[in-house]
Amino acid sequence: MFGLDAVELARAQFAFTVTFHIIFPAFSIGLASYLAVLEALWLWTGRDVYLNVFNYWLKIFAIAFAMGVVSGIVMSYQFGTNWSVYSDKVGPVIGPLMAYEVLTAFFLEAGFLGVMLFGLKRVGPKLHFLATLMVAIGTLISAFWILSANSWMQTPAGYAVNADGQFVSVDWLKVIFNPSFPYRLVHMVLAAYLTTSLVVGAVGAWHLLRNPHLPGPRVMFSMAMWMAALVAPIQIFVGDQHGLNTLEHQPVKIMAMEGHFESHKDGAPLYLFGWPDQEKGELKWALGIPKFGSLILKHQIDAPMAGLDTVPRQDWPPVPITFWSFRIMVGLGLLMLALGLFSLWERWRGRLYINRGLHRFAIAMGPAGFIAVIAGWVTTETGRQPFTVYGLLRTADSVSPLAAPAVGTSLLAFIIVYFIIFAAGVLYILRLMAEPPHPGEPGPSTEQPVRTAGITPAAGVVQGAGS
Amino acid sequence: MNVAIDLATLWAFIIALAVFIYVVMDGFDLGLGILFPLFPAKHDRDVITNTVAPVWDGNETWLVLGGGGLMAAFPLAYSILLPALYAPLIAMLVGLIFRGVAFEFRWRTRATRNLWDIAFAGGSWVAALAQGIALGAILQGVRVEGRHYAGGWWDWLTPFSILTGVSLVAGYALLGATWLILKTEGDLRDKAYRISWVLLFLMLLAIAAVSLWTPLLTIQYSDRWFRWPAIVLTAPVPLAVIGVTVLMMKNLAQKHDVWPFVLALALFFLSYAGLGISMYPYIVPQSITIWQAAAPERSQLIMLPGVLVLVPLILGYTAWAYWVFRGKVGHDAGYH
Repeated sequence: MFGLDAVELARAQFAFTVTFHIIFPAFSIGLASYLAVLEALWLWTGRDVYLNVFNYWLKIFAIAFAMGVVSGIVMSYQFGTNWSVYSDKVGPVIGPLMAYEVLTAFFLEAGFLGVMLFGLKRVGPKLHFLATLMVAIGTLISAFWILSANSWMQTPAGYAVNADGQFVSVDWLKVIFNPSFPYRLVHMVLAAYLTTSLVVGAVGAWHLLRNPHLPGPRVMFSMAMWMAALVAPIQIFVGDQHGLNTLEHQPVKIMAMEGHFESHKDGAPLYLFGWPDQEKGELKWALGIPKFGSLILKHQIDAPMAGLDTVPRQDWPPVPITFWSFRIMVGLGLLMLALGLFSLWERWRGRLYINRGLHRFAIAMGPAGFIAVIAGWVTTETGRQPFTVYGLLRTADSVSPLAAPAVGTSLLAFIIVYFIIFAAGVLYILRLMAEPPHPGEPGPSTEQPVRTAGITPAAGVVQGAGS
Repeated sequence: MNVAIDLATLWAFIIALAVFIYVVMDGFDLGLGILFPLFPAKHDRDVITNTVAPVWDGNETWLVLGGGGLMAAFPLAYSILLPALYAPLIAMLVGLIFRGVAFEFRWRTRATRNLWDIAFAGGSWVAALAQGIALGAILQGVRVEGRHYAGGWWDWLTPFSILTGVSLVAGYALLGATWLILKTEGDLRDKAYRISWVLLFLMLLAIAAVSLWTPLLTIQYSDRWFRWPAIVLTAPVPLAVIGVTVLMMKNLAQKHDVWPFVLALALFFLSYAGLGISMYPYIVPQSITIWQAAAPERSQLIMLPGVLVLVPLILGYTAWAYWVFRGKVGHDAGYH
């Protein structure tokens, strides 16, 4: 189907469904923490503006979270439907990590979500804050386990292979805290925080452009710009450390990211742009800074660096995708840093809420976090090809014994369904964002006063009177 | 070795428990979607979705535990069954996607609310039917060669699997109807009583049809159910079904609030126990036992403390969430 074989279709399906899925956790991890901070500020200061902003984002969180849940269930079954051989071989190691994710994170989030969304009036502010905190902690625990599982596939450790060809754990601590895990975890959680702060900042800026005196948008924009200014530089540092870790454990991925087809004996260049030609094994129209690659990666200007010419062709990852997605991520990261610094400067000059250029920049950067997260994941997942378990299990040997039409049909079904869901979900979220938070902003619950004016359809879910 | 055998049995029980909790908890959520076409009025639909809005997410999580737990504890069974059930599982996932987002989306739009109501009902129907078909497809056995599924991608489709599919739809609908009796009042509850009578009849028909057909599928099943002395252990199951049915009819006639739901759960438990009796100790009927499919001991061991400590904790805070939203959901709770 589509001229692709079953392996390529299964890969396309995984790439499509996981790309769609990661958008929502990337947003909800950060948003859950932001909501916890807002509620804490409300409890601490008693200022209504924090509650209004909290309820405003809570409605958006409800939509994003639901989309994350339903697209996540697809992931947990796709390992079996499309990658059954992988599941049989790797299940004994990866399975327990994912089971712990469900037990320690998914249930925690889902169990307290109902109270967080609808329960403020029923349980009171303190218990409600506990529920919000549990949901936020749940999202972070979830990130812990799934990134541990992913990292193990990138940098396997603490395992042996049994008589049935299955990977089995020898040392669970080494499995969980495998070499790339700490870097990947910090990088992803910071990415989620940045993504959320850029969305919150863009929404705040959008309303400040219309009215710079609105209290809700001022709170949002100020908090978001602090976050961007603080986290963007940390993220760039962490990303660099993650890269050094990758160089140690997955050097071939770095070769693809850097476009290093050729080995360099005395100092490799840092290619800024170019057109990787996988067939010919060369970087066309390369624009680079001599010796700078070695300086960044080895911290030594003349350090020798091996290229893809030292690696058998069948072990090459797809270089153009890895090369370009990496540049998109880094480019956006630098723009985020610029936005953070710009906001600091304007804040210092007392123009944070009135500089329209800053607001427009922040609006343009609203989706940047999502794009950077996806580009980063494309880099790391494409760059570890052609393996599912790095160096040990090939992607082509991981796939289910299915006919191409079966995989192709399900891929088509997911594409159609996800586009419908995505279009509707984004539309409803943008509609909510089009209105600024109002005094007495209602939460998802209708037990609170409901505003009847405005273009937002009256929000909310009715619940039991309980009497 | 003994430890490993006990572990595999223990894990089979844990996975079975997770699946059962999923079936009854998301069962009544899906049942509400199945019944949606019978309640065309908007305010009825608002009330119906509100009875589960705070808890459906947690209910669905048990499905993830069932799937993830199967992969972790019995990776061989996971890797054989999921490709064998490919089409029904994809259909189930698509159904659950529409059902899940419809919960949120139907509150965000007036213009296309009807479309999301259709998505809610359609998604629930498809997911329930697909789960029932998957169950039938497992019971009738799948072709295995070595460590792989060896059948085609339409093998799951047989008259028997269609029967189990329709049966599960009827069963979920009964759970949904009795849940409505528990959580609503007035006309809505009266209608739920009337529907429950019909669905109870349909479910008994379904239980009888599946129970009579299953032993015909293989010698193993019929030996399990009809041979002396096994029959001493199996005979109480159909007898209990009859007893529960009589109690259910009595409580429906007396218009009791809580018992119809509890008794519907009991019917599910008995049907599920019957399935367990048929299948044990196979996890892929007729080819793979739980011991053959078991993950290495270390994998099953590492998860044990997690399950033993966390599952009671999860049940605890889930119960708390249900407690917070206890009581009837009234028509007048809305603002429209």
